[in-house]
Amino acid sequence: MKTNRRSFLGGVSTAAVLAASGTAFAQKKYDNGATDKEIKIGHTNPYSGPASSYGVIGKAETAYWKAVNERGGINGRMINFITKDDGYNPSKTVEVVRELVEQDKVLGLFNTLGTPTNTAIHKYMNQKKVPQLFVATGASKWGQPKKFPWTMGYQPDYHTEAVIYAKHILANIKDAKIGVLMQNDDYGKDYWEGFKEGLGKEIGRVVKHVTYETTDPTVDSQVIQLKDSGANVFFNISIPKFAAQAIRKAADIGWKPAQYLNNVSSSVASTLKPAGFENSQGIITALWLKDPTDKQWDNDPEMKTWRAWMDKNMPGANQADGNYIYAYSVSFLIEHTLKACGDVLTHENLMKQAASIKKLRVPLLLPGILVSTSATDFYPVQSVQLARFKGETWSLFGDIMSAEGS
Amino acid sequence: MPAFPKKWLAVLLVLAVAIPLLQPVLPDVVSNYRLFLVSTMIIAAIAVLGLNLLTGFNGQISLGHGAFYAVGAYTAAILMDQVEVPYWATVPAAAVVCFIVGYLFGLPALKLEGHYLALATFALALAVPQILKYKWLEDLTGGVQGIVLLKPEAPFGLPLSEDQWLYYFCLVVMVILYWAAANMLNSRSGRAMMAIRDQPMAASTMGIDLALYKTVTFGISAAYTGIAGALSASAISFVAPDSFTIFLSIKFLIGLVVGGVGSLAGSVVGGIFYVLVDNSAQSLALFVKDDLGLPFDLSAYTVFGVLLVALMYLMPMGIVGGVYLAVRKLRSHG
Repeated sequence: MKTNRRSFLGGVSTAAVLAASGTAFAQKKYDNGATDKEIKIGHTNPYSGPASSYGVIGKAETAYWKAVNERGGINGRMINFITKDDGYNPSKTVEVVRELVEQDKVLGLFNTLGTPTNTAIHKYMNQKKVPQLFVATGASKWGQPKKFPWTMGYQPDYHTEAVIYAKHILANIKDAKIGVLMQNDDYGKDYWEGFKEGLGKEIGRVVKHVTYETTDPTVDSQVIQLKDSGANVFFNISIPKFAAQAIRKAADIGWKPAQYLNNVSSSVASTLKPAGFENSQGIITALWLKDPTDKQWDNDPEMKTWRAWMDKNMPGANQADGNYIYAYSVSFLIEHTLKACGDVLTHENLMKQAASIKKLRVPLLLPGILVSTSATDFYPVQSVQLARFKGETWSLFGDIMSAEGS
Repeated sequence: MPAFPKKWLAVLLVLAVAIPLLQPVLPDVVSNYRLFLVSTMIIAAIAVLGLNLLTGFNGQISLGHGAFYAVGAYTAAILMDQVEVPYWATVPAAAVVCFIVGYLFGLPALKLEGHYLALATFALALAVPQILKYKWLEDLTGGVQGIVLLKPEAPFGLPLSEDQWLYYFCLVVMVILYWAAANMLNSRSGRAMMAIRDQPMAASTMGIDLALYKTVTFGISAAYTGIAGALSASAISFVAPDSFTIFLSIKFLIGLVVGGVGSLAGSVVGGIFYVLVDNSAQSLALFVKDDLGLPFDLSAYTVFGVLLVALMYLMPMGIVGGVYLAVRKLRSHG
């Protein structure tokens, strides 16, 4: 009986939503950045400078909108996607974002990349009341609907991911002595803070904490220090190049701890293959996207669709680069959100629709992970699943874990 | 290089003061965004002016003025964030701090000439973003997260927008600094500075204290660039180590060379140039690809580079030097 009642309620609320949107569809309403023919969306990305390897995200998103426009746009409107280079320099981000908002008058920003860069415009966007949607950073501060109602994150945040590792270590490893390698910047710090929180009063289990700078040539000496500390658990907070070096070095010097690798470096092609598959067995990470270089997805229908899309719209692009997967999935989400706006293309409605996503399946997310948001939950993806490296691929284990929508 | 004609200077100044007041009449042309952009140009011009005092007038090369810019910006930000000093008071504070830092850096730099000095300053520019992240300083600098600031508002209930006010504030600071630099260069000390640049041995024979002049010039130059940094902290309302990478120092140098080494007016032109080109390089790259239909996927930096090469070829003495030569040629024909 219980199920019946629930489906009945569901039916009623669907009807209510349809009725409500029906009246909304009747009259068109536009803010800056939207007309009968066009929707303007702004974006910033480092195409130059030290972080320019992320430039492929902007390129893939440009290709995505081009493909959408060729299909006839969204509800008959073409998407005018204006993407600007900020070189990962926060001062520059402020300049180009002000241009996007005040000169180009975009309906909203989408997937602006980087933690310091988004921090620089956070307050500004909320003062201007223009949506800053699905920002491309794993920091944990993008989901504060009360304080910043115009900003929303996208991916699971680093903080939560690290809490999950800490809990897993405490539950599974007896007498853990933990060594941590960390990149000395905002991303590394976020993981580290989460890890400390997850350990709680067991924080004393961290016997050694070493850092590196992205300008360092290798992390060899750091790994040797970690081994010498007597650690039997290794938490690796580093980007692929250094993660691979660390895994290889640990094997070279005969250090065999239980290894936890941050999601940032979970790509088979860019981390585990260069580290050597024989050195990578048993490493644990948390995943939320499908890895294009992981063979288990070769026959996956979503992956096949994506590959066909890439062949058609981005010929010649390196399909081993996980950034393309990321760009495709987040573009799908904003496309869905814009469709949901119907003919009411206002800043407010865009934000409202972004905050009313109900259990949406976004392609290329791991099976079972759904996107949900609400007026109090500004974290679209907040589930991950642990995986252990086996052979040449990740094997998922355990349940899908979700963070509290804090 | 010639001095800028006074009557033109006056006309420019009147225009600079009057144009932002047209905002109610022409809201689209004189938009807040454009005023903000002009403010960033003024800030860049001040920074280049500082570098010009050192390199153009004293002959010491610096590849690290971004470091002083960062020190100025952080001095301002920390004062505003931790002790709630009003934004306008941070400008002289940044000047003093940067003068001291520049002076101290100038002491060991005395032993270094030409390329060696360039390398030493280069190292300084590389080190500063790392130092800002250093854990012992984190409580002050906010580490990698940086410091978020409030944007200055117009005082005394003046009916100006934040951007209008910021523009006037930057303009006043630049005019004062420009006037001070012009006067200094026109004085005994200024002539001594330039004598050191042209003939250090002759200068010291004439009784000029080389060490003193060189270090003090370093300090003043750093103070100018530091003031620019402090203004940028207010304008951007955010500081973080990623804003002060080595590219910043190189951009100042580009502004200096493009505007005109050893010309005050050239510094202003140089500052304006690099903000302008930096902003339009990407659209230009897109224009080449989409509108002209050429099969080049140029990056913004490629366009920037091509423009620079072309400019240096056409105007080897910088924009101001080039214009001056062109005017002289025209006059001699007419």
